[in-house]
Amino acid sequence: MKKSVFLGAATVACLGAGAAAAQTLESVQENGVLNCGVSTGLTGFSSPNASGEWEGFDVGICRAVAAAVLGDPMAVNFVPTTGQTRFTALASGEIDLLARNTTWTFSRDVDLGFSFAGVNYYDGQGFMVPRALGVSSAQDLDGATVCIQTGTTTELNLADYFRVNNISYEPVPIETNAEAQQQYLAGACDVYTTDASGLAATRASFENPGDHVILPEIISKEPLGPLVRQGDDQWADIVRWTLNALIAAEEYGVTSTNVSELASGTDNPEINRLLGSEGELGAMFGLENDWAQQAIAAVGNYGELFEQNIGESTPIGLARGLNAQWTDGGLMYAPPFR
Amino acid sequence: MATTTDPHRAGFRLSQLVYDTRYRSMTIQIVALVALIVAGWWLVANVVQNLSALGKDFDFGFLSSRAGYDINQTLIAYDNSMSHGRASLVGILNTLLVAFMGCVTATVLGVIAGVLRLSRNWIVAKLMAVYVEGFRNVPLLLWIVLIFAVMTESTPQPRDFRVLDDGTSAASMLLGDTIAITNRGVFIPAPVWGSGALVLGLVFLASLVAIWAYRRWAFARQERTGQIAPVFRVSLVLFLVPTILVFLFMAFLSDRQTLVAYGGADGQDLAGFAQALGPDGRVTACVVPGTTQALLVRRALRNSDANFSLVEVADGEAAIAAAEAGECNLISQPPGVDPATIPAGGFALSDGIRSGNPVEFDVPVLGGFNFEGGLQVRNSLIALWLALSLYTGAFIAEIVRGGILAISRGQSEAAFALGLRPNRTMNLVILPQALRVIIPPLISQYLNLTKNSSLAIAVGYMDVRATLGGITINQTGRELEGMLLLGGFYLGLSLLISGVLNVYNNRVKLKER
Ligand SMILES: N[C@@H](CCC(=O)N[C@@H](CS)C(=O)NCC(=O)O)C(=O)O
Repeated sequence: MKKSVFLGAATVACLGAGAAAAQTLESVQENGVLNCGVSTGLTGFSSPNASGEWEGFDVGICRAVAAAVLGDPMAVNFVPTTGQTRFTALASGEIDLLARNTTWTFSRDVDLGFSFAGVNYYDGQGFMVPRALGVSSAQDLDGATVCIQTGTTTELNLADYFRVNNISYEPVPIETNAEAQQQYLAGACDVYTTDASGLAATRASFENPGDHVILPEIISKEPLGPLVRQGDDQWADIVRWTLNALIAAEEYGVTSTNVSELASGTDNPEINRLLGSEGELGAMFGLENDWAQQAIAAVGNYGELFEQNIGESTPIGLARGLNAQWTDGGLMYAPPFR
Repeated sequence: MATTTDPHRAGFRLSQLVYDTRYRSMTIQIVALVALIVAGWWLVANVVQNLSALGKDFDFGFLSSRAGYDINQTLIAYDNSMSHGRASLVGILNTLLVAFMGCVTATVLGVIAGVLRLSRNWIVAKLMAVYVEGFRNVPLLLWIVLIFAVMTESTPQPRDFRVLDDGTSAASMLLGDTIAITNRGVFIPAPVWGSGALVLGLVFLASLVAIWAYRRWAFARQERTGQIAPVFRVSLVLFLVPTILVFLFMAFLSDRQTLVAYGGADGQDLAGFAQALGPDGRVTACVVPGTTQALLVRRALRNSDANFSLVEVADGEAAIAAAEAGECNLISQPPGVDPATIPAGGFALSDGIRSGNPVEFDVPVLGGFNFEGGLQVRNSLIALWLALSLYTGAFIAEIVRGGILAISRGQSEAAFALGLRPNRTMNLVILPQALRVIIPPLISQYLNLTKNSSLAIAVGYMDVRATLGGITINQTGRELEGMLLLGGFYLGLSLLISGVLNVYNNRVKLKER
């Protein structure tokens, strides 16, 4: 009796192990829902709104992929992750896609075993201080107490920057943006440092944003983008080209309002291939031919997504800068759809 | 003649393994063992297979690669160019520190609360009951977060201590401007050991030995003659007086260090030298960090209103070399240096400053952003330490109370009948017997406290979970290796603690003859 229970348990466990290696696209389609890792809350990028629905620039990527794969932008299960838990969550298969202002670095791509699907925001690390401190440059920060989120590139850049500039500082390690904000506002640290976009978003949620300045120094390159597990090329391609579709859509003037009209055919073959009225692009990676149309209809093109969530008309007020289309002098450049 | 009590000698049948009670238990054990081995092997094989599917290998080499991150509380020298292994060690020491501090305070609190809960004084007993129930029945994490939040939100920021133009400040330091309680932690004076500290330490050790010897003698005499010697008072005197006397003597002898200024003129004093440098000039002093000389030079410069900065050098010779290379314009020479040997280009300032007592205290002073100098006891450490102590103390209190109640009333009645006062009855009769009941569960409380210290994550205390098990794992992607090491560390530490306490337990437990 004891024996049979034991062997039975072992057999069940073995079967379970075999199933885990399945292809991501299949398992997402089978479950009918996309597990998407986001931040624990950073206004403009990913945070739940008053009615508990997730929204933001990174959330848009999740919804676009869900729309492309499942035809339903709402079929997303958002998993909040911290700087420390995000990679374990992705590697272990708890999430299928991580869209949490994550910097594309060599070791994350190569050593940690992830594939970055592109860049949805070109950023750099900055510093925010209370205006009352009268600090105007990061060089004046000798002896300051600095709040940083652990498990981030921020932590390493900061150590390098202060070392090179021979400035001493006291790091206060913090798990989430919300805690960092609370510690910073209570004055438990003099400086908050993270991606400049994150600083702008954090400052926008303060009661008196004007009391805080963002210092001019940008001390690193932080190309932020969505990533997936290495080894499933089909899934990586889907995420990569969904992002590219949003970027290309802006370039070609396809928006969430005119997409259904344009989908019936235009005299621009590139748009036709993108929206599926010509060619079989979707079928090539196992999706419907209107995948890109679905994604654009759900969240708008890259420019719309930017403007709605973090652009100059929002409290966060980020300028396009490096994130403008290449035709406008920015770095957003989608490879051809053909 | 065959008797019925003889076992059957008939041939052994396989079914006996299951149906014969003589063999059955063995069969079950063997089957269980095989199953266990199979399960273990399956787990390992599964891990190996999944790792290779992810393209990961199993390698501890990451421990020697560059960590690249900074740690705020380091008990040993550390900077971000050192290895992940070193960062883990820093974390381990931080864990040990908070666990040790927690165990000591929890024990003290627990014993006091446990004894007082049995007090006949209604208010005291009820207060202790409230303490015990309050901490025992609310999750530890809540206490940690609560204490931390109270400390960050209700204490002033360092810049509130700044004296404004109208002479007021929003907050002020305590105890003669030596202690500052801020929302970044409590800054307290830190001891700096000067020359003669070793002698002072030896004298102190000698007085401890003397106390021990005196107590032995006093007890032996009491056994022999019944006379009671004043143990406490004599111990206290032995504890304090020799050390204080030696300290005062050495302080009296301590000499002045000679300050040598480069680019000054003969006969100048420190203020004159600083003035001669002009309003844009700056006194840069080369000092050897961690010495009383450095401390006193800094204090003198601070008091002189001069513009100054300090350059840290390895030793006195390096200071001279640095001064000759123009890296600083002020160095200090040990007391009694012959003016003729003053290095070329320098002038001895007329006001030499004290060279320092065997111990000097580095008092925190408000600097640009933070208090500088002194010892910073961070809020994360205080919150974690207090919460762990109060929480575990509540459990220990119950263990102590249980231990005391386990000693039969007859014991205290007998002690009272002999004329012992209540506190002596407690100390001499009840507690020694209760210890036997108390120690085994106490060990588990210590183990709990040590493991619970990993809740440091809630307040950002940089323990081993945060360094090795947090940032290192996150930056290198070595989850499995890191977690195994972390588990191994906690296991080893727990075994060590229970091993040591078991030795103690064997000494106090009832000796059966
Ligand atoms: N880009 C950096 C930092 C990312 C990061 O942690 N950003 C913060 C602030 S911009 C954040 O998203 N916090 C949200 C949260 O706490 O969950 C990295 O990938 O390591």
